[in-house]
Amino acid sequence: MSTSSVPLLEAKGLTMRFGGVTANEDVNFLLREVELRCLIGPNGAGKSTFFKMLTGQLTPSEGKVFFRGQDITGAKSHEIARHGIGIKTQIPNVFNGLSVHENIFVAAARNKSMQQTKRIASATLERLGLTGIAHRIVGQLAHGQRQWVEIGTVLAQEPELILLDEPAAGMTHEEIVRTAELIREINKTQAIIVVEHDMQFIRMIAKTVTVFNQGRILIEDDVDVVLADQRVRDVYLGKQAA
Amino acid sequence: MKSALASFITVVALGIVLMFALPHTTDMFGLMQMTVFVVMAIFALSQGFIWGYGGIMSFGQAAFFGLGGYTYAVAAINFGDSTGAVALAIIVPGLFAALLGYFMFYGRISDAYIGVITLTVTVILFNLINATSGDWYTIGNAPLGGFNGMPSVPTLNMPGDPSTILDPEQLWYVTIATLILVYVLLRGILASRLGRVIVAIRENETRATLIGYDPRLYKLITFIIGAMIAGIGGCLYTNWGAFISPTVFALAMSAQVIIYVLVGGLGTLLGPILGAVLIQWLISFAGSQSAVDSNLVLGVVLVAFVLLVPQGLVPVVRDTITGFWQRRAGTGSEEQKQTTRGAEVRS
Repeated sequence: MSTSSVPLLEAKGLTMRFGGVTANEDVNFLLREVELRCLIGPNGAGKSTFFKMLTGQLTPSEGKVFFRGQDITGAKSHEIARHGIGIKTQIPNVFNGLSVHENIFVAAARNKSMQQTKRIASATLERLGLTGIAHRIVGQLAHGQRQWVEIGTVLAQEPELILLDEPAAGMTHEEIVRTAELIREINKTQAIIVVEHDMQFIRMIAKTVTVFNQGRILIEDDVDVVLADQRVRDVYLGKQAA
Repeated sequence: MKSALASFITVVALGIVLMFALPHTTDMFGLMQMTVFVVMAIFALSQGFIWGYGGIMSFGQAAFFGLGGYTYAVAAINFGDSTGAVALAIIVPGLFAALLGYFMFYGRISDAYIGVITLTVTVILFNLINATSGDWYTIGNAPLGGFNGMPSVPTLNMPGDPSTILDPEQLWYVTIATLILVYVLLRGILASRLGRVIVAIRENETRATLIGYDPRLYKLITFIIGAMIAGIGGCLYTNWGAFISPTVFALAMSAQVIIYVLVGGLGTLLGPILGAVLIQWLISFAGSQSAVDSNLVLGVVLVAFVLLVPQGLVPVVRDTITGFWQRRAGTGSEEQKQTTRGAEVRS
């Protein structure tokens, strides 16, 4: 890849303060092209805030975000989406009143011809196994299915980087296994950052894991190293990191 | 998808039948009454589109209706030809909406305040036009007339031929043809990519933003389209009576159009049309009986619908019909039922 010297995503000294509360402090983060990264950490560690700063839903108090070397700090959400970053949010954001097909269709339609859009939409439905329920109204679907619809809208916009905030939440074991397979398959062509609490799920997909604690990065290493680390265990058991 | 197309063709066909049948089945008074009902239906479509599909709660759609009416009156008096005046009656409300909408949507004003601002603008326009009596307030040759309004406005003539003025029957054809045209246009918009994005933003603005659409722009476009349609309505309203007065900006106008949409069915296009015609007919019927106050009738209708039929006439009737067919078919699987419900959200 010609741009291999430039990382896909780089965060430098990213800090987010809400009044007196510091949600993220001095986060330095690097992601290569087509990398798969898992973010873990206890509740309130600042993972979702970090995602919100990457996607323009929040403007960082300090620090910069670069996407392929281009400064995207403080850009509007829709502009960042156009650069090629897609996100599945923690609380599913789908078009509840529309059918599954229309959800995917609208996501695929931006800047594309009708023919292209239809092709991408039906390919995405097929890929996620949603073709059978394409005409169901999304608001009436089960939680796991709605999660997939949202992942579908993210895929249909064909982003270079996909952020998944708790993609396996509320899913049955079989659904989790399928989601893990899907993530590995997507990762063949696109970079992914996954936030997840489910350790089994992390073990299924992870190569490199970044651990957040109290708004900072605690450790970043191979999955086996991270999960064996005493500090990580302490954090998850609620003790203070040494 | 197919049932949506079928209902679209049925509505247009019924509209065309009504257009040609009515002049043969009613007297001149009835025809003129229906003309103003249809004008109100066009006005209702503008509210139904921006509110039901765009999710924009405008309490001041009358501002654009009135602007269209006044623009036509002033332009027609000055030009002595209605052709350019009609065009201006669409363009001026559109430009005004572009300006107002730009500040509202790009200023990230929340939904509730959009209601307040649009309402206030209508009140300002009402007071402004009310205060324009006297010779000083004249645009070209056209005195605005303040509270008394503008009488003897030249009505529509054949395009480019000011000597041939349309008679009331011809005005009926023009008015209902405009309604059908607006309906077809809106159906086209809703079927296009633009329309799908507009509805998607109504459903979930955050998701729409995160897949790369700028909601501000799409809301502005929706708002402008609505204003232009209201402008056409106002223009035809002036033509109907050859007269316009500041009452078009009155709060009652904005309130009425909201009631049309609620009664007919929010999130449909047929609903606002039927709501407008039905309520206008009811009001004029009550007025002719002079037994009950027409405002009282309007109030009772609104309360009854909000309490008993909150989703409005058209969705209820549609559900009943599809339910009937499914029971008759007996094989209506869950899958099919879901499909028809999907169509309902779309129509």
